[in-house]
Amino acid sequence: MTGPIIKLDGVHKSYGEVDVLKGIDLDIAEGEFLTLLGPSGCGKTTLLRIIAGFEGVTDGVCLISGRDMAGVPANKRPTNMVFQSYAVFPHLTVAQNVAFGLRRSKLGKSEKAAKVEEALGMVGLGGYGARAAHALSGGQRQRVALARALILEPTVLLLDEPLSALDRKLREQMQSELRRLQRQVGITFILVTHDQEEALIMSDRIAVMFGGRIAQLAPPQELYRRPRTLDVARFIGVMNVLPGEVKEKGPAGVEVRVDGIGRARIEPEQAPSGARIGTGWAGIRPETMSVLFAGEQTDRSVAEGVVAEVTYYGDMTYYDVILDGTDRPLTISMKNLIGREVLERGARTRVSWDARSIVWFGEEAA
Amino acid sequence: MRGLKLYAIGYLIFLYAPIALLPLFAFNDGTVIAFPLQGFTWKWFAGLATTPALHDAVINSLLIAATSAILATLLGICAARANARYRFPFKTGILGFIMVPLVLPEIIVGVSLLVVIANIFSMRLSLWTVVLGHTLICMPFAIAILNSAFDNLDASLEEAAVDLGETPWNTFRLVTLPLVMPGIVSSLLISFTISLDEFIIAFFLTGAEPTMPVYIWAQLRFPNSLPIIMALGTILVALSIVLLTVAEIFRRRGLARAGVRDTGGFL
Repeated sequence: MTGPIIKLDGVHKSYGEVDVLKGIDLDIAEGEFLTLLGPSGCGKTTLLRIIAGFEGVTDGVCLISGRDMAGVPANKRPTNMVFQSYAVFPHLTVAQNVAFGLRRSKLGKSEKAAKVEEALGMVGLGGYGARAAHALSGGQRQRVALARALILEPTVLLLDEPLSALDRKLREQMQSELRRLQRQVGITFILVTHDQEEALIMSDRIAVMFGGRIAQLAPPQELYRRPRTLDVARFIGVMNVLPGEVKEKGPAGVEVRVDGIGRARIEPEQAPSGARIGTGWAGIRPETMSVLFAGEQTDRSVAEGVVAEVTYYGDMTYYDVILDGTDRPLTISMKNLIGREVLERGARTRVSWDARSIVWFGEEAA
Repeated sequence: MRGLKLYAIGYLIFLYAPIALLPLFAFNDGTVIAFPLQGFTWKWFAGLATTPALHDAVINSLLIAATSAILATLLGICAARANARYRFPFKTGILGFIMVPLVLPEIIVGVSLLVVIANIFSMRLSLWTVVLGHTLICMPFAIAILNSAFDNLDASLEEAAVDLGETPWNTFRLVTLPLVMPGIVSSLLISFTISLDEFIIAFFLTGAEPTMPVYIWAQLRFPNSLPIIMALGTILVALSIVLLTVAEIFRRRGLARAGVRDTGGFL
């Protein structure tokens, strides 16, 4: 493995008094699909535009293939971008759009035409070359923008919320298609999105950003199972949080007490941000807990409570359960298997849980 | 509803009846502009062709109108571009001041320009001094049209062109210019039309070479030449309508090309 294809070192960005990026360190490997995920205003788009060369840095270094990008304008960088608005040139045809970046290359006319057709074929728009770009649908424009960027074989492809304007069905289709395309061409992709599901589906690694900082950088599974902060835990899926306390810490594990579910012994890696003796928060995902029905037996740990709310989704039912001795409802998701009843609101129920699914946060506030 | 309909009809009559009289008397076989009409004739139009002083005035006007339209549009492009893409101190104030000639009394503008040009700079009055004045009064119109053209242009289109390896100048040439071209054509046509029939400023700033409106005004002293002026006016009205229509067609085509909804223009 060679060095990182992109290396960001202490990148700061301020607009006047406003600090948008507050020290970003990030190494991106060649051929990786990396996602910058975060709520709006977290600085993810600014970071992407810094890599593209549309914004300068206030402080810090951006290296692409080991080369310092300071002072290198966007048109001289080995990056290409797919814009949120697609930015397909409306006055040109599809083929002219895709060939736009080839204008300066020394290829012959027929070679260019062949490359354009190949790129269009790659995104499923073979034979669309002669169409006027302004007459295309949103999904087709998206594909033209992709073909136009990929035809230049950039070192890095930058995608700025490319799917946010598409309807749900088309978006899901494009997600898997983008993933397939990325594997096929082997180019490094950097995707900016605020959609955590999209990030989980598509990425090799996800950088979750809050307030101009990277809160956690990890592969999807690790990010979901071992979030380092409560912010990350709540941004990725649903995370139930109960107040608790670290009682004991030793080589055999960490002994915690959690409101409503009592004592549990967890492994050190279940506290990704570390476990100190004292109060903190126990996080537990909805799908790792179960509502027990009358007479149902389990060898897992059991707690009792009252069903405060029932939300029926067809394939799933979400229960909000208030455990005895606590005041915050826990969300528990249950598959609606054959023969499994749906509990009524207000019913008393038992809940089973597993100590292995607890994530410990040593933070003060929740 | 009925009252409203009558009002609308009355309104249109009030607006256009005087203009409708122009062709009426342009084809009337009589020197006196009065009813009853005398009979049909082409002779006033033929008279237009045999008046060399009028030809000179028309040529002067066309030269001035073309030059002013080009200057106003070029300056308008710079202003509209700055307005759409850059932030600078006092931006709103500066853009406001550019639009002010739209509402300033032309006679005041004319007198001020005359004082500046003749007394302060001691320039000789010529076609160029008229061009100067006309560029000034055309610019607000040019900027209003070009502003909407540049505002409708998605900034990421230009970024995309740069991102694909083009220089800023080529980006402007290959992407920006073609997309705002309908606005530019529309601005040229409207500036041209405004300059062509402008009288007050031309009256103050013209030297020994009168523009067409100044020539017409001078001819009003001779009752005999009135029907010829009517014929000339008929041609001008027809020409103005054609030019404005073409300008509006270009403006709408520009909107369609940029893929945005029409929010109303001059027509």
